[in-house]
Amino acid sequence: MDKAKRCKWLIALSLLMSSSLAFADWSALNMRQGVTEISQEVYGLHMIMFWVCVVIGVLVFGTMIISMLMHRKSLGVKPATFHDNTTIEIAWTIVPIIILVVLAIPATTTLTKMYDTGDTEMDIEVRGLQWKWQYTYLNDDPSKEISFISSMITPQEEIYNRAPKRENYLLDVDNELVIPIDTRIRFLITSGDVIHSWWVPDFALKKDAIPGFIHELWTIVDTPGTYRGKCTELCGPYHGFMPVVVRAVEKDEYAAWLLEQQAEAEKVFEIVGKQWSEEELMVEGEEVYLRACASCHQVNGRGLPPAFPSLVGQGLAVGPIEDHIDIVLNGKPGSAMQSFSKQLNAAEIAAVITYERKSWGNQAESVQPKEIFEMLEAQ
Amino acid sequence: MSAVIEEHHHDDHHHGPAKGIMRWVFTTNHKDIGTLYLWFSFAMFLLGGSFALVIRAELFQPGLQIVEPEFFNQMTTMHGLIMVFGAVMPAFVGLANWLVPMMIGAPDMALPRMNNYSFWILPFAFTMLASTLLMEGGGPNFGWTFYAPLSTEQGPPSTTFFIFAVHLMGISSIMGSINVIVTILNLRAPGLTLMQMPLFVWTWLITAFLLIAVMPVLAGVVTMMLMDIHFGTAFFNAGGGGDPVLFQHVFWFFGHPEVYIMILPAFGVVSAIIPTFARKRLFGYASMVYATSSIAFLSFIVWAHHMFTVGMPLAGELYFMYATMLIAIPTGVKVFNWVATMWQGAMTFETPMLFAIAFVILFTIGGLSGLMLAIGPADFQYHDTYFVVAHFHYVLVPGSVFSIMAAVYYWLPKWTGNMYDEALGKLHFWLSFVGINVLFFPQHFVGLAGMPRRVPDYNLQFADYNMVSSVGAFLFGFSQLLFLFIVIKCVRGGVKATDQVWEGAHGLEWTIPSPAPYHTFTTPPDLKDISEAHG
Repeated sequence: MDKAKRCKWLIALSLLMSSSLAFADWSALNMRQGVTEISQEVYGLHMIMFWVCVVIGVLVFGTMIISMLMHRKSLGVKPATFHDNTTIEIAWTIVPIIILVVLAIPATTTLTKMYDTGDTEMDIEVRGLQWKWQYTYLNDDPSKEISFISSMITPQEEIYNRAPKRENYLLDVDNELVIPIDTRIRFLITSGDVIHSWWVPDFALKKDAIPGFIHELWTIVDTPGTYRGKCTELCGPYHGFMPVVVRAVEKDEYAAWLLEQQAEAEKVFEIVGKQWSEEELMVEGEEVYLRACASCHQVNGRGLPPAFPSLVGQGLAVGPIEDHIDIVLNGKPGSAMQSFSKQLNAAEIAAVITYERKSWGNQAESVQPKEIFEMLEAQ
Repeated sequence: MSAVIEEHHHDDHHHGPAKGIMRWVFTTNHKDIGTLYLWFSFAMFLLGGSFALVIRAELFQPGLQIVEPEFFNQMTTMHGLIMVFGAVMPAFVGLANWLVPMMIGAPDMALPRMNNYSFWILPFAFTMLASTLLMEGGGPNFGWTFYAPLSTEQGPPSTTFFIFAVHLMGISSIMGSINVIVTILNLRAPGLTLMQMPLFVWTWLITAFLLIAVMPVLAGVVTMMLMDIHFGTAFFNAGGGGDPVLFQHVFWFFGHPEVYIMILPAFGVVSAIIPTFARKRLFGYASMVYATSSIAFLSFIVWAHHMFTVGMPLAGELYFMYATMLIAIPTGVKVFNWVATMWQGAMTFETPMLFAIAFVILFTIGGLSGLMLAIGPADFQYHDTYFVVAHFHYVLVPGSVFSIMAAVYYWLPKWTGNMYDEALGKLHFWLSFVGINVLFFPQHFVGLAGMPRRVPDYNLQFADYNMVSSVGAFLFGFSQLLFLFIVIKCVRGGVKATDQVWEGAHGLEWTIPSPAPYHTFTTPPDLKDISEAHG
């Protein structure tokens, strides 16, 4: 009777386990296999570990469950009196050691491959900034070097539930990192402020971006597509809003994209190099001011003191220009004023500084993009 | 209650507890101090738990509904700090205070006045820590691991109070550990050798050494932070020649042994409870002692497995991976020993046993996910995701916290003289067991699928499991009010407990009356009368 009852229990339990396996939609529940050789290997390691854990779990928990069903006082059993057994204790020390050694071998192989960052065909610097990523395609010729900021574009309306959320909620950026497929790419990871962590699950790439350090990662992507990840190191209040989006494209498409970007960069290079009239600076400056400054310092320049100081007729905007340039380039630590040296180009910085010094009744001197460019180069 | 005790124990008549609040302020009695620690830790458990519920309420749905990201970060930080330093650690110190002298036949802790100090530091430390939430700029918002430079360069002004609170907790823990070590090494009943001590005493002895070794390291790292913030040093500031990664090395040199500080006493508790309710001696006592010592030793040499993504050289990465994998061996030995203790016993399933069995199963799940995390290449995918959150909550909540609850149910009849309400106890167990699994199991999935930890908002694919997880959190959280009710009910009355309380219980604490008199073992017990000092 009891035995039959016990059997029923075991059958019910095994049915429950197998049905949950059948129903599980693994893709949404499990690690992503990804699109690189390394990411597939990592996925393989993960699954080996998972099944090893499942087997250990089934053995241990199975023994416990059988024991709980059979060895109960209510069944009238008498407790056994054994309390050690050297053979079995040695066995269950040695067997796990063997399992661990076997597991360590493929893990070591994969890790060694991941650390081999030689022979790369191109270098991209990835710089974490609060709360965006800056990508620089390194090039020996500075006029051909392209660099841009990639920030999340999910609107506040969606975050604050005032608008329906899009499919890639929190995972859309203005400028994606574009890379060619079938190319061995080295990423140089660093940070401009606090520690971030750059993670692309589909490439099995994750490395902390640490100020003062440059870490290396490498990958070869086989399949074109858009791959999304997140910052994975707490980096302040907007840590959750710092997506990583990488678009892998065919080599020729990449080449075309690169040319376009370089033409753009060269245009900036040219623009920065020329002599600007005050009028040009003011037009450009107003546009930049509204985009980058007005949310704090307000359209009328009067700010919201004390948090956001007024720029009208007082302070840095009418003081020595060196201090004004310094705060725009480097920000003010401990305040909301951030560094714009990486976010705006030299022309934009010169224009916005000039605009601030010559608007709202301010009458201070202007600055040329070329001067800002030289300062940025010296940094 | 005390009148009854005094009738039975005329010797104690002149040394009963003082009356009123001053009893608790000036007490040097290990039982009173144990009680203080336990109530304090329960209060902190509810406070830290309420912070967790804020977190889970915000994560119930995607989008920002309840709190702003800035406050969300304060909640994750304070939840971690309060639970680790305020709930779990003091609860184990409370258990040590109550039980160690009774288990080794000592009249009290060796240093009773220091015992009083080490408790009374805590309410001040945690009042200060909790009050930072009300200060200008808010409380600490950089995670309980307070990585520099986020904490040193961008922390709120209240960071200084946080540092001072950590110093106070460290002083309290160090004093408490000195007391435990001195008591165990000097005050054992004549003839009670180290290898005859109950495993709870053993695990606490080892834990106390870990505490003395690593709390000064924590004090050091927060002092370096203090210097960076206020005195212009640059220990952790790359711009000044410092090293942000140094912070993590020092922090985790404290932090990893800290993890074992929170689990070794739990091993001791479970090793006391399972033999009692299996009515069978603990399997492999000696190997349990050696396994605990091995785990303690390994805890000092694996710290950087928390830092696989900081860019260590390959050799370092491999070393920390191998060393971490080794921990599975002594931990496995412990689990196998518990299972072997249950095997062919004659088990009954009172509330302490239910919590202890749940501990073995759920802690093992946490241990297995820990083994997965040890594998460096795979860790790159798991690191700082909810998979890690699920892992360490499995070892800490159904691990440490369940063991504390098991201990309370197990020894409460000895402490109060009354049996707790068994039906309510079982109800509390099942609510907690279901709640905790609904809460943390889905977090494995969202973590693997790519949800980072410490985020106030997440993309839509994680919505379902987060909702399930939040439901589990509220179920588990509110179930603890039932625990409070059961304990109060038991303190106030109930079926009288016998001296042995549990049919299968062995050990010195079960030879004294229930409730335990205010002073016990004022003359050392004669061990010849007690068949088996360790269960």
